Amino acid sequence: MLHIVACIKQVPDTKIIKMNPKTNTMDRASAPAILNPYDAHAVEEAVRLKKRYGGIVSVLTMGPPPAVKAIKKCIELGADEGYMISDRAFAGADTLATSYALTKALEKIAKHRPIDLVICGKMTIDGDTGQVGPGIARRLNIPPLTGVKKVVEINKEKGYAIVHRKLEDGYEVLQSTLPCLFAVEKDINDISFAPLPNMIKAARYQPTIWAVDDLEGVDRKQLGLKGSPTIVSKVWAPPKPQGGQLLEGGAPEQVKQLLSIIFTKKELFQ
Amino acid sequence: MNFADYRGIWVYLEVKDGHIAPVSLELLGAGRKLADKRKTELAGVLIGSGIKQLASTAFAYGADVVYVYDAPIFAHYRTEPYMHALLDCCRKHKPEVLLYGATPTGKDLASAIATDLPTGLTADTTVLDIEEDTGLLLASRPAFGGNIMATILCKKYRPQMATVRPKVMKALPPDPTRTGKIIEEQITLREEDVRTKVLEIVRETTKKVRIDEADIIVAGGKGMGSKEGFQLIHQLADALGAAVGASRDVVEAGWIDHHHQVGQTGVTVTPKIYFAIGISGAIQHIVGMQNSELIIAINKDPNAPIFQSCHYGIVGDAFEIVPLLIEQIKRELPNIKASSTSKEEMRHV
Repeated sequence: MLHIVACIKQVPDTKIIKMNPKTNTMDRASAPAILNPYDAHAVEEAVRLKKRYGGIVSVLTMGPPPAVKAIKKCIELGADEGYMISDRAFAGADTLATSYALTKALEKIAKHRPIDLVICGKMTIDGDTGQVGPGIARRLNIPPLTGVKKVVEINKEKGYAIVHRKLEDGYEVLQSTLPCLFAVEKDINDISFAPLPNMIKAARYQPTIWAVDDLEGVDRKQLGLKGSPTIVSKVWAPPKPQGGQLLEGGAPEQVKQLLSIIFTKKELFQ
Repeated sequence: MNFADYRGIWVYLEVKDGHIAPVSLELLGAGRKLADKRKTELAGVLIGSGIKQLASTAFAYGADVVYVYDAPIFAHYRTEPYMHALLDCCRKHKPEVLLYGATPTGKDLASAIATDLPTGLTADTTVLDIEEDTGLLLASRPAFGGNIMATILCKKYRPQMATVRPKVMKALPPDPTRTGKIIEEQITLREEDVRTKVLEIVRETTKKVRIDEADIIVAGGKGMGSKEGFQLIHQLADALGAAVGASRDVVEAGWIDHHHQVGQTGVTVTPKIYFAIGISGAIQHIVGMQNSELIIAINKDPNAPIFQSCHYGIVGDAFEIVPLLIEQIKRELPNIKASSTSKEEMRHV
């Protein structure tokens, strides 16, 4: 029986989010809150491993109360249990403070049921860092395995996992002791359609919600804005490009001009 | 924490196939500027097995000092051994700034170091500057899918750390006469204490030109209509001997796999010629290709933002323009090749 915990986040869909051009801030209302797409693959992989080896999949998130919706989405995908830490004290956390808070929650979950594997998505689409997963692994003192694109084997009895870890021009086959943490790539799996019973379960599901005081051994100085070494000093619009020269005329004329422009870089074609 | 104890700009020198990775050389170029501004030294940290001689390359590209951890246990990158070496170096020699390439290895290592030190870490930086008097690093990066730029500071901790996107900074022209100081370091770490093992490394070599190394990239967007329509992009790329790029939409639609994705969540590219065909030009795409030498946009919509970010644009139907272009290229290319050979021959004479 494996106990796998997937760490997930609810994010604004940055693909369609609108910016306020005057203040350079996000108009959060303009974008729906979704389960971070990379995390969906993490949950999917956890559920597949559960089917392969037997076990329980828990999901953990930190966020404001509406983030319950993201947990419900994970239940639809096949997760068994959901945990959420939600407290003003967590607000404004950068990656370091986020990994600290999530680790405290993982320690509490592990007390109730020891954890064999933590799975995270490669990164979130609103933070774009990929730093929280490895941070959690360091804090739990388990090996961080980033760039996981295939799980070859998990052997709880012998205490190891073998994965394919993505490199720039291929992959490495990496063996690690258990427990460990995977940060998974998008191409590790395709998300399955949620079966109806899962959707019914999800609709009624209420996760376990903890505030700071429910966690043990928390150093408040390491939480939220106070516990974050990095700060955003300013946001600015990327420099407006000048704009290019449009080639006029009909298609044959345009193509002719284009060709002479391309061939100014003759050395590329020799 | 006494900030005065922390001095010098450092670059983690990633080793790949027995060489220092290009991104690390780019960072030495960027780091040199920061170090000169702060009137401090630029150092590199080399970790690996049999890599000591690479220090001379780092000197040629601008480093004053190279810290070397050379031992068999570092034969392949693994988070924990490399982390222990770099932590040791940071604790002993206390840098003010530590930069890493935003590669799979650099990001993995930097995240671990940031947690253990602890200190702040800015991901995927594209603009770097430093305050001359305070040494405060100004690390800027595209945020929220590239919709805005954000400048990130780390005021209360040292070292200040950032991963930096490949192909954004410029390496200095190498000066082989430059020398520097090599400082050899060691840590005690036994193989049996390392919890991970690399069983095998598999290189996936494709016939196609790799997008981050290509001189010419032909990239297509949602405007190509369908997977079938997108074949036109492949055809033009073939005619030019170019690599194929794609916008995020196209990758998400499954027309091509994500190795081809250019932009904030894909690859940053700086080819000599970049074609953006049927790509509207969302900022998250632009940040991945804006440093290309020559950008050519073809799009039906005259108001597409891509026309703001190109050097030359054609407002028109890709399905009319591109086939014509392919035809002309196929006709003209042999002439160009021929003219170059005849010149070669003349030089011989």
